[in-house]
Amino acid sequence: MTIVRGEAAPPLPAGLDTFPRLLRHHAAVRGAKAAIREKEYGIWQTYTWADYYRTARAIACGLAELGFKRGDRLAIIGDNRPRLYMSIAACQMLGGIPVMLYQDAIAEEIAFVLQDAEIKVAIVEDQEQVDKLLETLASTPSLEKIVYDDPRGMLHYDQPQLMGLDELVAAGEIHDRNQPDFLNKEIEKGSTDDVSVMLYTSGTTGKPKGVCQTHRAFIFAANGGIHFDRLTDREEILSYLPMAWVGDHLFSYAQSLVAGFAINCPESSDTVMTDLREIGPTYYFAPPRIFEGLLTQVMIRMEDASAIKRKLFDYFMAVARRCGAEILEKRPVSLKDRLLYALGEVLIYGPLRNVLGMSRIRVAYTAGAAIGPDLFKFFRSIGINLKQLYGQTETCAYVCLQPDSEIKLDAVGRPAPGVEIKIAENGEIRVRGPMTLQSYYRRPDATAEAFDEEGFFMTGDAGYIGEDGQLRIIDRAKDVGKLNDGTLFAPNYIENKLKFFPQIKEAVAFGNERDYVAAFINIDLDAVGNWAERRGLAYSGYTDLAQKAEVYALIAECVAKVNADLETDPMMKGARIRRFLILHKELDADDGELTRTRKVRRRFIAEKYAPLVTALYSDVTEQYIETEVKFEDGRSGKIAATVRIADA
Amino acid sequence: MARTIGDVILDLQNISLSFGGVKALTNISFNVRQGEIRSIIGPNGAGKSSMLNVINGVYHPQEGRIIFMGKERRKMNPHEAAAQGIARTFQNIALFKGMTVLDNIMTGRNLMMKRNFLWNALYWGPAQRDEIAHRKRVEEIIDFLEIQHIRKVPVGRLPYGLQKRVELARALAAEPKLLLLDEPMAGMNVEEKQDMCRFILDVNEQWGTTIVLIEHDMGVVMDISDRVVVLDYGRKIGDGLPNEVKNDPEVIKAYLGAVY
Repeated sequence: MTIVRGEAAPPLPAGLDTFPRLLRHHAAVRGAKAAIREKEYGIWQTYTWADYYRTARAIACGLAELGFKRGDRLAIIGDNRPRLYMSIAACQMLGGIPVMLYQDAIAEEIAFVLQDAEIKVAIVEDQEQVDKLLETLASTPSLEKIVYDDPRGMLHYDQPQLMGLDELVAAGEIHDRNQPDFLNKEIEKGSTDDVSVMLYTSGTTGKPKGVCQTHRAFIFAANGGIHFDRLTDREEILSYLPMAWVGDHLFSYAQSLVAGFAINCPESSDTVMTDLREIGPTYYFAPPRIFEGLLTQVMIRMEDASAIKRKLFDYFMAVARRCGAEILEKRPVSLKDRLLYALGEVLIYGPLRNVLGMSRIRVAYTAGAAIGPDLFKFFRSIGINLKQLYGQTETCAYVCLQPDSEIKLDAVGRPAPGVEIKIAENGEIRVRGPMTLQSYYRRPDATAEAFDEEGFFMTGDAGYIGEDGQLRIIDRAKDVGKLNDGTLFAPNYIENKLKFFPQIKEAVAFGNERDYVAAFINIDLDAVGNWAERRGLAYSGYTDLAQKAEVYALIAECVAKVNADLETDPMMKGARIRRFLILHKELDADDGELTRTRKVRRRFIAEKYAPLVTALYSDVTEQYIETEVKFEDGRSGKIAATVRIADA
Repeated sequence: MARTIGDVILDLQNISLSFGGVKALTNISFNVRQGEIRSIIGPNGAGKSSMLNVINGVYHPQEGRIIFMGKERRKMNPHEAAAQGIARTFQNIALFKGMTVLDNIMTGRNLMMKRNFLWNALYWGPAQRDEIAHRKRVEEIIDFLEIQHIRKVPVGRLPYGLQKRVELARALAAEPKLLLLDEPMAGMNVEEKQDMCRFILDVNEQWGTTIVLIEHDMGVVMDISDRVVVLDYGRKIGDGLPNEVKNDPEVIKAYLGAVY
């Protein structure tokens, strides 16, 4: 087994080995510069580094008054809000461990984490989160205080556990003024090897586990990324992805604090597109589905544009496809194409980037799932430096990065600075470096199982390193199986190929120890709905649309293309999809079918829809099924439908 | 902290209104207290909207007294009623369809804009400061009603449920002492209704705005009202707490039409 090493890790900032010390440093050297902006009341409100530090201190002192001590866990739940980011720093100042939760998690998911991490104090965004915590109060006895940021609607709550963040900050300010030494000493006590944060895994296979990461790990990962892409303190990013997700913690918290650049919080989740345009970030991160959404919007709007505009767009997009990516990578391109591209830049690409809010982007990353070839090429060809990276919660999302000059669609890059990678005999990717987890919280068994004898973290992903030195991911090692005839079956690989079609939102492939491959498909209601409207096809909702013969024909075309594609792959040749069905309901995280990061829970789905799976492996052409669903307000109901099953 | 219901803010005494020979309202008396949510219910044609129109001065009753904030009111047009702090929304949305959400809500501040059009034409100076202050207040309402994402969208392009919310926003922009809502939930689906209910309750709780509303959805009325008036053929047939009204045999007979 050969070990592949990234270049040498860049030196860490001297003396700044914990996040509170980094924050104190920025408040001293760039105190008047913007650290966090938030759009509120229609205007971008700015918090400087000095504000950031002062407020974090006040929250820390307020927490201390509540009896919050070194080693205690603080839950943070809500959208990306400045004071929630400040709360992370505040908690770390006291030597506590912040635990971010997904803001759209339902009460019982939240209860699990609160119990598992024995949360004492929770700082939450608003009434919605307070209601969820109050609901679980009986099962979470360790929870003593719930602090809310936004007082709206909270006037008539009189539970003794509740407290406004304003109140906490006010109390903390007085405390800090009277005894400033208290917090200074607490900050000094912090060690770089203390656990700085606990992030929960998404739990595709079982209950989520709390991943404990030290200051050292996240500062190392942040610092490596910053040097790799030559980021400065002048970057601007939009912080709009869930705070509980490792990516947001790395980009919006760790990297911002290491490099000293400003983060921007959108006004609400519905205004992200507008906010993106107003901010014009220089550094951007999004999972493939966001890029997909952007492209779909562009295409829908182009269909409604006038004929001249459409012609121009089509013509110059063809030019971009031919030479855009090459120009971005500074490779030789004919003079004619160069001139045409320059004209296209003025007429189409520039304005398009502007509409997307991507005019100023220097570096954009996508990760979390495979990205479709057309999608990837589209963004690169209009001059956006979109790259891929690879990592997971256990490695601070820092394993592989793509260098600007070596962009490949099917690879995720070389080992990042200071990271070592090897491929085990079973094909599993294993990584070593300061960014791997310290432990799973209170799970010594799981922690021990996660590392091999040489101290490499076992990612559970199968992959290989190509001749160009870049890592390629095949699938989750656990999911890879074999058909009865011995053909390799990699479900994720097939699902991703299906999901590259804009009409298909989710897919679940079956085939392990079966005679052939079959798939569940979720159509994309926006894309297929638009398609149906253009054809005058009437439908009442998702269930109705999904079962239309025309839609089945449309999806069958996609499946046929995937099959043709699989045929060309020597390893996957026999894994063509024989039968498929379109599910009568959308897979949903609230029903436990997806994780909060939208990964399919394969086994759970197979059990829940067992009759449908059986039907896929028989000759019936339709199957009746009843499914329980949870509504957004927590009630549950039943959906019954007869699902067609089609041969591909 | 409990919600405080104060003294009577609006007292209607023996109101009768007729159009020629048609008696729309006959001898109706009821009052509205500071800070409460007061509902008017009744079958179609019972006189609910007429009642609302009497309160904000569109119609002038032939008989009866209207005492608003301790002062008996004489004949008054809607403009003067608005100046006294009565704002309303309409059963059929009455917004400027071609204008953006923001501009529509800004029109709600019109009465409070003190500068004349010459100042406004000049733009700089006091008029600009005024505009900024008004805009700030409007932005607070936009934030409160969670319509940031449609701030710059022309109203005509919005779905019905959102238009209703914009109308509520415009009424709130006038900082009313008394807010009249004419079927704020008509034609909405369950989810939109729930949202609207929450906004009405929040407005009432957060800002202490007194609200009089007309509504057909009995579930909604019973859930959010402090007191309910029931009208039928222009007469008052019930008045009291939601529960009392719900169990009043005469109300059940006239309005709910159920056999008891």
